Amino acid sequence: MIAAPDVVALTREDDHGERSGEGPAAHFPFPPENPWSKTATAKFEKDFILISEFSEQVGPQPLLTIPDNARGNFDLNYFSLRIMSVDYQASFVGHPPGTSYPKLNFVEDSKVVLGDSKEGAFAYVHHLTLYDLEARGFVRPFCVAYISTDENKIMQQFQELSGDFSKASECLKTGNRKAFANELEKKLKDLEYTRNVLHQETEIQKKSNDKGYYSSVAIEKANELANVEKCIIEHQDLLMQIRNYSYKKTRDGDYFSYEPENDLDPSDSGLEQLQLCEKVSFSDRKSYIPKFTKAKSAKCFEKKLKTLEELCDSYFFNRTLEQLRRVEKFFRGDVCYLMTSQIEKSLLQQQQTTSFLFEDPLLFTGEGKTEKEQHSEKPQSGFHINPKVLNHSCLSTESTGFESFKSCVESVAIKLDQQISVESYHETMADTIPSKNHLGTSDYLELEGKEKGSISSGESIEVLGTEKSCSPLTLLSKSESQTNSQSHHPEFVRRKFVRARRTNSEDSIEVLSTTEPLLPEDLKPVYPTAIHEEEPPSDHKEIRLSRGLVQPDTNLNHTDEFGNISFENRTITLSGLYEPVDPSCCIGKESPNFTKSVPTFITEEYNDGVVNVPPQRSKTIGQIFHSDCLEQVDGGGLYNAADQVFFPCEKEYNDLPDNEETNQIQVDEYMDNMSSISASLYSDRTPSPAIPINPSLRHSGKFKKNSGKNSLWFIRQYSFAQQAIFSLLSGRTLVVVGEQEGKVKKLINALSIFVPSNGKDADPVKQWITSPLHVTELQTWKLIGLQRIASPLGTSMLHSLNRYSRYISILDCDNKTLRCPQYKGQLITRMADHRTQIKRGSTYYMHVHNMLTQLCSQAFLYTFCHHLHLPIDERESEESVTYRRINFLKHHLGLMNDDRKIVQYFAELIKTYYLHEPPKGSNPILRFNYVPTVVFKI
Amino acid sequence: MLRWLLGTRDVQEPVEKSLVLCLGDDQPHNPYTELQILKAHSDIVRFMVWIDDIRFASAGDDGVVFLWNVQTGERLHELRGHLRPITGIAVIPSTYHLQSESCHLLTASSDRTVIIWDLDTGSQIHLLAEFQSSVKCLMVIERLGVWLSGADKICVWNYHAELLCETSCFKDADVSLMIELPKNNIAAAIRKELIIFNLVTSESHTWEIAEMRRLSSHEDDIRAIITINDDTFATGSHVGELIIWDSLDWTVKAFESQFWNTGPQPDKPAEIKISRTPYQHETSIHHLSSDTENIFAAVGTGIYVYNLQTKIVIASQQLAHDSRVLHTAKLPNNQLISCSVDGSVRLWELQELPPAEPAASGIFSMWGIGRPNKQDQMAKRKVNGSMFKTLELTGDLIGHSGALQMFLYSKDHGIVTCSTDQLIILWKDGERESQLRSKALFQKIEQDV
Repeated sequence: MIAAPDVVALTREDDHGERSGEGPAAHFPFPPENPWSKTATAKFEKDFILISEFSEQVGPQPLLTIPDNARGNFDLNYFSLRIMSVDYQASFVGHPPGTSYPKLNFVEDSKVVLGDSKEGAFAYVHHLTLYDLEARGFVRPFCVAYISTDENKIMQQFQELSGDFSKASECLKTGNRKAFANELEKKLKDLEYTRNVLHQETEIQKKSNDKGYYSSVAIEKANELANVEKCIIEHQDLLMQIRNYSYKKTRDGDYFSYEPENDLDPSDSGLEQLQLCEKVSFSDRKSYIPKFTKAKSAKCFEKKLKTLEELCDSYFFNRTLEQLRRVEKFFRGDVCYLMTSQIEKSLLQQQQTTSFLFEDPLLFTGEGKTEKEQHSEKPQSGFHINPKVLNHSCLSTESTGFESFKSCVESVAIKLDQQISVESYHETMADTIPSKNHLGTSDYLELEGKEKGSISSGESIEVLGTEKSCSPLTLLSKSESQTNSQSHHPEFVRRKFVRARRTNSEDSIEVLSTTEPLLPEDLKPVYPTAIHEEEPPSDHKEIRLSRGLVQPDTNLNHTDEFGNISFENRTITLSGLYEPVDPSCCIGKESPNFTKSVPTFITEEYNDGVVNVPPQRSKTIGQIFHSDCLEQVDGGGLYNAADQVFFPCEKEYNDLPDNEETNQIQVDEYMDNMSSISASLYSDRTPSPAIPINPSLRHSGKFKKNSGKNSLWFIRQYSFAQQAIFSLLSGRTLVVVGEQEGKVKKLINALSIFVPSNGKDADPVKQWITSPLHVTELQTWKLIGLQRIASPLGTSMLHSLNRYSRYISILDCDNKTLRCPQYKGQLITRMADHRTQIKRGSTYYMHVHNMLTQLCSQAFLYTFCHHLHLPIDERESEESVTYRRINFLKHHLGLMNDDRKIVQYFAELIKTYYLHEPPKGSNPILRFNYVPTVVFKI
Repeated sequence: MLRWLLGTRDVQEPVEKSLVLCLGDDQPHNPYTELQILKAHSDIVRFMVWIDDIRFASAGDDGVVFLWNVQTGERLHELRGHLRPITGIAVIPSTYHLQSESCHLLTASSDRTVIIWDLDTGSQIHLLAEFQSSVKCLMVIERLGVWLSGADKICVWNYHAELLCETSCFKDADVSLMIELPKNNIAAAIRKELIIFNLVTSESHTWEIAEMRRLSSHEDDIRAIITINDDTFATGSHVGELIIWDSLDWTVKAFESQFWNTGPQPDKPAEIKISRTPYQHETSIHHLSSDTENIFAAVGTGIYVYNLQTKIVIASQQLAHDSRVLHTAKLPNNQLISCSVDGSVRLWELQELPPAEPAASGIFSMWGIGRPNKQDQMAKRKVNGSMFKTLELTGDLIGHSGALQMFLYSKDHGIVTCSTDQLIILWKDGERESQLRSKALFQKIEQDV
């Protein structure tokens, strides 16, 4: 753990500590409001995403925001005007000189950052143009903006924002092209129908007219007919343009950075869709009844404009919204948090070998997965993790996945075009389109069948059902289409190969799973095997586990598709923890727990002998809460309830007599009380879901916070804390013996952050056992809570402790004694200083984690230094290697005495982890030392 | 420690503190700092046998044989076939006589069957069920390519499980132990008696087994029998008689008894006599081992080192363990291992006595044997002062919660112990293992690169 959400808070607390130590002038610098609020004038609290449109009827107008109610008092209309006005896109429309047909402009999106100092808002603005047959010039300008009060954030995250928004925009535009093409087709059909009707009418006119001259009606009809003909040609041209563009896009290697494999995908699904288009488009065609339209120019202007959803096909629209929601979630929080979490991730990626020791299991297993994605040979784990969670900066997997999908969709139409044009060459223009299509594709199918073997038709039918956009048109010349279709054959063959890989190799499943969010539901059945493997039905637990792992990083997690209710229950506090994005939440971060503890904590405090809370003190706290509630009402809802809890306390500090020392003491005491109250509560409520029974929850934010708090309490209350921690870090099992489960569990919780994991699934922490210890358990469990019972069973339990006393350290929580080897070193003194100035659990957790990470890297260095373990040449004796090893530990790593044992133990863990030893199914190895033990008392 | 644990609570004190040697947790000379538990058996594990350098088999009362890799602790095979506890186990080494090059394993069970297993495939090759009573011991004579089963009679079989010959039935008891003697002779222990058989093979490939002699020197059941060298073997009995035999003419070379009852030595502290464990009077010789010069006898709770040349006990620990010692072995580096019903393994070092000190003093006194009178002994001791040694406790291995049945030792892989608590534990030299892992690590890195 390198970065932390409350790094800011840490520095601040330090400041506080120093200042209050400096002189009597020091006071508690808790400002009444968020000191990191960038602009006082900002009228909104959280960043949000705004989609707005430059409507040809009413001008710039906001369409929607993500999240829905995020705007606060912010004037969206005004801001829409601002952001729309900077669109420099030359959306030129109309008849360019030299052409007689309207021409579509395919412009790239523009990306602008703009600020409005008056509003205190800064925005990343992404402009895009969508096509609408009924709009002026066929275009509708839109923009998607990320609005924040922090200019720095937008500037520093520009690349990420741009990447994410481009993807969202691509999604919109893809849907739009599809919808636009559909619209054009319908329009064409209308026009053809109109033409037929008009034609018939003209014929009737002609027949009825035997006078030899044309009536004005007839002339009008003829004109109309001509107009319609022109319209048809215009629309056909438009359709061709849009399809050609899509086609070009999919084939354009520069625009899409496809991996070769993905590059084949377009043809892949293209073929399948070809097969199916035949049927679906057929039925589709039938369902549409052409109507008679008045001949009008394509540039017509209609009153009612389509909504964004209509413009983009609701499927794609919802996809985009989903994507944007993820983006919004991802960019929540302070920029420094975003940056540090990004740095953390990139750094963690570099320590895959050691991260199993203390890091969140998700991170290293997940990273392993991304690595596997790249090197496709290895089998994959069953985790479903959006790659975004893992490495935001390298989004290639997701984006290619998405684009390949999109290209699938778009390439269909192209193929059809070609084929149909081949067929239609022999047929009369008067034939209806559906029949042409039918014949054409079936022939085409035969051809392909010969070329490349059978393709399961069941699959293709399913896909077909989804793809409504494939509609045949005959616009290409024969020769062109022939060459095209020929040139595709090799690709088809290759595609077949790729397809085989898909179903067989697990690697391709991997790719699928990443693209999954962007795959349309209906397309999924194309890869039945793949998807089946993705969701092994029996692995429900594992999935939940992975979710549990994902959850701590809620902020970073774009995949929000976990609707598991039981899961929600467990981690609901987490989201509450991360919900407030403004840095003020750092202050109040501990408070949700605190708030919850209000109803019970007074009784708790008396029951729990460990916590020495003066009664009047707690009353004050109670009063604080009372006043707090009142304040909250007045507070205008700017801060959430959690934040509120702290402010009264701060105020109380300010009210205290200006005696520096008492202040200090009381703050300490207060903080201590705070932590111990919540901690004892936390641990005494046995069925509390917060108790991390599930190993995956060991790394949840709540867990960190609580155990950090408990650890702080532990190192302050127990003078032998360092000895106990040394036992854990050097791999000696620590048994906490006690009568009361709550007390034992609290200690276990406090100590659990020091337990290195062995990289196996088994959790090294066992909270509570009531049966005698067995030697087999010492191998897997490194921290055990043991019940002391005054009964024969209890005696036998203690006898077993006695027997294995060589392998374990025993912390007696009733008598407050510890029996363990004596620690001589400096490392843990720094790690667990009972006079530490750190006052908050999560900060302390970070402090410990920081030191542990450092230790891990030392252990890594030690493990992988070749000459430390093996002789440089054959003549070298074992002793000199040993000497070198000790020398390295002492002088290079600066480790004295027992500190060496810690690093050596870590090194052994790293070795076994790296070597996958012992093999699956056999017991882990128990390492121990024959060292004398000492009894410590408080 | 226990009292500390129990705190102020009233719990009855454990049994009176015995004078058994006790070593603290500080054991700098104990190299075994890694253990791995192999859990597969569902009943007492009684037998373990090496198959090759890295494989061993374990068998016990659950009737199942497991094959293990001693390096990784991996379970290689599970041989199921016996319905009752296994009573005997022996390995037929891979030989060129056999078509297959894999090792075969013989197991006898109290369900009156013997099964021959192929150890590479883990499959059953032969099942012999024509026994009248359960086979108690199995012995392979590699030289002759035969194996023998001892039950109510001794049967001789070849590797293909064909019966070659057999003795007549013994009336009162079954064969409990067998060893091979020179000149195709076999010594079999049947209760108190030692019977020598001769195995004759003729040119027509017929085999005969003939009884040569009955030796009835022991006064109680024979519990242990070992070959010491080409012309010596030894037997130990339930009442603690140790007889050294000549292998060729089957005469008694030496008869020793009452290791335990030589009477109080003049220099022996009195308190030893006062506080004795309940097992102290047990005198049964449970196990014998030898390094050609000395015999190491596990007698009751003690270990005795008997020198063959001088025919005296040169070193001993009368209270080596809290309970009966079931197995001992001498390691190449002058170390002795013993395991006991008390669930612990102890490591001893055979050390020269410092010449300045009186030969026997303190708790670790050395015990002479009873025969020669005190003065003789003292005189002898003066003469051969350097001959006497002490057994110094250098370490103990605690892990099992039940009686330790036996152990296997390998220079490369440490000690393997099996116990009544159904576990097998591998004890390894932590330093060495760490080195090996480092080596493997760098090998793997090279491969990966």
